[in-house]
Amino acid sequence: MTTKTPTDNTADITKSPTTAAPLIPLPPAVARITTVAGSAVALVGTFLAWTWTPEFPGDLTVTGYPGGLQVLTLIGATLTLLFGLSGYGIRGLGWLTPGGTNSPVVLLALGTLGTTGYAMGAISDELGGLVNLEPGAWISGIGSLVAVIAAFGLPVDRPYDENDSAPGLWGRLRHSLTAPDPGRAKDLPAWAEILIIAAGFGIGLYVFAYGIGTEYSELFVGFLIIAGFGFTAVARAGLLKRLSALTTKHRNVTVAAAFAAAICFPFTQTNDQFALIGANILIFATVALGLNVVVGLAGLLDLGYVAFLGVGAYAAALVSGSPQSTIGVHFPFWAAVLTGAAASLIFGVVIGAPTLRLRGDYLAIVTLGFGEIFRITMNNLNGNSGPDVTNGSNGIPNIPDLEIFGFNLGLPHDVLGHQLTRSANYYLLMLLFTAVVVTVFRRSADSRIGRAWVAIREDETAATAMGINGFRLKLLAFALGATLAGFAGTVQSHVSYSVTPEQYQFAGSVPPNSAFLLAAVILGGMGTISGPLIGASLLYLIPAKLQFMADYQLLLFGIALMLLMRFRPEGLVADRRKQLEFHEAGQLDVPEATALSEGATGVAKAGA
Amino acid sequence: MTTTTTATTTTVLDASDVTMRFGGLTAVRSVDLTVNSGEIVGLIGPNGAGKTTFFNCLTGLYVPTSGTVKYKGTVLPPKPHLVTQAGIARTFQNIRLFANMTVLENVLVGRHTRTKEGLWSALLRGPGFHRAEAASHARAMELLEFVGLEKKAEHLARNLPYGEQRKLEIARALASEPGLLLLDEPTAGMNPQETRATEELVFGIRDKGIAVLVIEHDMRFIFNLCDRVAVLVQGEKLVEGDSATVQGDERVVAAYLGEPFENAPGDEEVAEVEAAEAHAETTTDAAPGKENDR
Repeated sequence: MTTKTPTDNTADITKSPTTAAPLIPLPPAVARITTVAGSAVALVGTFLAWTWTPEFPGDLTVTGYPGGLQVLTLIGATLTLLFGLSGYGIRGLGWLTPGGTNSPVVLLALGTLGTTGYAMGAISDELGGLVNLEPGAWISGIGSLVAVIAAFGLPVDRPYDENDSAPGLWGRLRHSLTAPDPGRAKDLPAWAEILIIAAGFGIGLYVFAYGIGTEYSELFVGFLIIAGFGFTAVARAGLLKRLSALTTKHRNVTVAAAFAAAICFPFTQTNDQFALIGANILIFATVALGLNVVVGLAGLLDLGYVAFLGVGAYAAALVSGSPQSTIGVHFPFWAAVLTGAAASLIFGVVIGAPTLRLRGDYLAIVTLGFGEIFRITMNNLNGNSGPDVTNGSNGIPNIPDLEIFGFNLGLPHDVLGHQLTRSANYYLLMLLFTAVVVTVFRRSADSRIGRAWVAIREDETAATAMGINGFRLKLLAFALGATLAGFAGTVQSHVSYSVTPEQYQFAGSVPPNSAFLLAAVILGGMGTISGPLIGASLLYLIPAKLQFMADYQLLLFGIALMLLMRFRPEGLVADRRKQLEFHEAGQLDVPEATALSEGATGVAKAGA
Repeated sequence: MTTTTTATTTTVLDASDVTMRFGGLTAVRSVDLTVNSGEIVGLIGPNGAGKTTFFNCLTGLYVPTSGTVKYKGTVLPPKPHLVTQAGIARTFQNIRLFANMTVLENVLVGRHTRTKEGLWSALLRGPGFHRAEAASHARAMELLEFVGLEKKAEHLARNLPYGEQRKLEIARALASEPGLLLLDEPTAGMNPQETRATEELVFGIRDKGIAVLVIEHDMRFIFNLCDRVAVLVQGEKLVEGDSATVQGDERVVAAYLGEPFENAPGDEEVAEVEAAEAHAETTTDAAPGKENDR
């Protein structure tokens, strides 16, 4: 009943039919053939018309040529089919499920059903009733539903826990979505492994570019559903573990591949608006990474971090040569960057020196206060309530475009036959800044200074007893974080043409603001590099794409954070330490007697 | 046994007339204590006698109300990190490892004062940086081998069994290349075998030329280990001498067994001392030193 794949070496021991009853009792063979058949039917359905009128966005009326949401169902059904077939041990598909697991099929079938169901619901909702659905939609819908039901009949991947051998319906449902980790992969030649990494990043870039390029919110919701389930399925299949094993093996290749993929992004976009989203995501992500130095490494909760971005942006705007700038000088770009970073550095030290003597909650409140003080000060330096430096709430508009080595970033340029728009130019410039910040983060984290930061985060008293000057190192982290934010701020002021105080709030509807920055770090994973980048992308992209939920944005955002903290407290990307910290069970290096000896300690202490 | 050798050895730690007052309460009253190089000195006393307060005066967590603490002839600065830099390392009564760092990283943090590489060096990664990192790694692994944890270098500190956490704390303290090591109850919660192993470890440290000052409750451990033992009762040093002298002194027996004698510390007074220390800790925020309150 289990799968026989070439690399399969763990699946057999996990199968024991007596303890692991699937959610829906079906013979495994029947379940598998029905899953495959159901997803094949759903696949066929996408080639038929789903509705009669092109009024629904994406034009789902053409027979033989899937469009819009149909494409997403098509992708989902194809993947379900492939993963289902790989369960038969067909040669050439075995690599899809190195662990020989069935839960990816369940997840993909659910994703397909989710997208298809959402599409059907959206069509009937927007056009007024189920009558607007053509047979194609029903075929796909019923096919994917059958696939889901049958997939739940597939044998589960892990036996139930010994102390809970017959869980209820909900328990079995949750259980059928989990899978054990696959065994170690065979060593491939280095070039093949690098090729796999490149392919992985290529697919990642494509998915990301597709998400940014979705032109209407229905398509984006469908994309989120299928991408969410698909991502989980790939993780359950063990492919993600394999890939991350390869990326840790070839670190430099991975970093290069990631930047190559990021450089390719503007070449996939023809629409300036989408490139602008890309540039803004990069600004947000870079600042979040800077905050990660302060929060993730040194453990200082900074609720006013966006002020440093503001300082950098204002400094760059004042020396940008904008006609509204009160200084009226025009620095070359490199000098403006240095000015912005230096201004943020000074501001960081001035704020940090008195506040970093506080610990924990006190520090958070004081930084929150300083963040607001910055905004209010910028508002009041308007000539009426203070000297005229920043034009008050009008801010500094008309910031001219940058010109680097005679290359005007404001104009479109043709590169390799592709027109790079203004936003794409700024995207590429910002990417350079991101690379610098990533390097700074990586290098400082893996050094004497970085270890001292983590030590302070873990136990400040013990760190001091090890000879670490706590105050000085905390100030260093604070100042470095501030400098990185100011650095990013100099580009931000040019991308957005103007700086106003209202861009730098604690919480607002548009990222980056302090709350969103902190959320990006926590959501993505503290202390990691990719975590804040992914967290920032999601937090920027989802509100930008789903305009209809703008009113409920903070509510939904709060709910999402609570769910995340409940189910995955280490964030989306767990750093090795955090992974061990929150999920102690199942680790290789947990000694068996931990609980016992700790108990013994308590007793002895009490007696001592 | 050291009385014959003190003439040839140098004084590492010289605490003279150390008094620590918390408000109106005197927790430590004019205590003199010297530790010579190559010596293991024990500090014992009933609960609330002021042992840990005295310890905290030595390590800079508390600034003594009066009296001076000299390390190799120079007066110690009143900051813990400067004390460590000067050459006094300590362990804690309740283990205070960096729980979510690996064993190796814990020891590397201990190297902090003996390495210089700053942020610029870390960012630019010149040859000097790599040399220093490699040297730190080698030294840390050496220390892990010394305490017998070299096979667990990549484990998280929190996942070590209790006895190994104690060893790791000692290795971490040794990484700062101290001339004097202060151990605060190093065998608390250990079984007899582990205590025996710790004894060997402390002898090993002494043989490296590092002087050791130990606070301990385990009498057998202390009397096996120490060249000299000082007894602290009610903030005052009662007796100091070798094992036999201290064990034979009836005042010590009285202090431990609670037999009445002149100015015996009553329960209320002990409670008073503790309350005052706790109070002092909350008021001086930067010095949360009295670990057994946690």
